[in-house]
Amino acid sequence: MYGSQRIIPALIVFVGLMTFAIWYNIGQTQQPPDPELPTEYDECVRDTQFMRESHMVLLHQWRDDILRKSGPRTGVTANGLRYDRSLQKGCLDCHDDKEKFCDECHNYASVAPDCWRCHFEPTKEAL
Amino acid sequence: MKKERRDFLKLAGVAAAAGMGGTSAVQSLLGGEVQAAGLKRLGAEKEHKEGLRLGLAIDVRKFASIPGLAERCVEVCHSIHNVPDFGNPKDEIKWLWQERFDRVFVKDTHDRQAPELQKLPVLTLCNHCDNPPCVRACPTKATFKKDDGVVAMDYHRCIGCRFCMAACPYGARSFNWRDPRGKDEQGQPFIDEVNTEYPTRTAGVVEKCNFCVERLAEDKLPACVEEAAPYGAMIFGNLNDHNSEISRVLRERYSIRRRAALGTHPSVFYLI
Repeated sequence: MYGSQRIIPALIVFVGLMTFAIWYNIGQTQQPPDPELPTEYDECVRDTQFMRESHMVLLHQWRDDILRKSGPRTGVTANGLRYDRSLQKGCLDCHDDKEKFCDECHNYASVAPDCWRCHFEPTKEAL
Repeated sequence: MKKERRDFLKLAGVAAAAGMGGTSAVQSLLGGEVQAAGLKRLGAEKEHKEGLRLGLAIDVRKFASIPGLAERCVEVCHSIHNVPDFGNPKDEIKWLWQERFDRVFVKDTHDRQAPELQKLPVLTLCNHCDNPPCVRACPTKATFKKDDGVVAMDYHRCIGCRFCMAACPYGARSFNWRDPRGKDEQGQPFIDEVNTEYPTRTAGVVEKCNFCVERLAEDKLPACVEEAAPYGAMIFGNLNDHNSEISRVLRERYSIRRRAALGTHPSVFYLI
């Protein structure tokens, strides 16, 4: 192969650099996110798996239903618990610590939802 | 056939004389024919007369006779909805505000009217039109007409294109050029005291009066109406209910709407 003395070492260096993140972290354990659940409730509006994957879909459905179709502002859980279909008044009523609940996974997955540029997170005084 | 210059001029003269007799395009525009045809095409020549349609009647004279009432209405509206004050009329955000009579009712004023009437401050807000031009202009459906007649907004969907502002004939929409949660040069926050029950907006979205949908959902009156209703200065209710107070008042008293000729069919009425 023409120029193999240069190409092969360069390829090795290139592949090494590209996979840097993989081998640099070998052996290290990443701390999985551990959102703190509210102690006074043992059920959410939907099952845990759905909430984990699709809570944002649910929030959008609530929003469209309430804003556009004058839908109900409250809902009932499987066990008959009434809740507000609202991020601020519903979700954060139980999950009252944004840092220990929302941010835990959002930081881990490196997503930055911009809810709080308009909505208010619960303050310590308000609780 | 070879045309002489003289023949051409004669022909042009005859054509011009014929043109003057017939109806010109300009005349039919002035006569409102085009406008009427446009409204018909949009299916908007008639208003919705069935079902719930929320409306508001504002008693202009009552407001003039009670000093400070209008200001209180504006204050309560802007404080519960976290409306920022950017301290600059160019950036002003307004949901409910006062404007001179002759500027609110541009087409209903003439120079022989009583000057004190023309100078009268009138409360203005989104007219929650039955045929809202802003809704038609919005490319993302961020603003929409609800079944109860309220023209509402979903700020999540607003991309800040400001087409709705251009479309609204009443100037009822304001654009957030700056972050409402920010501070001015002196470190003074744009929202004096935030109401954490209601969200703020961000820079880059349009906002307007929402007829207090969040209060209506709790069976409360809109905040301004709650302030003015004890004086009978504002009447809120279902326009399509023959027995509602607003229907009765509108039947009994003389009222006008802003720029009725545009065919937007506002739901806000002014009792003069």
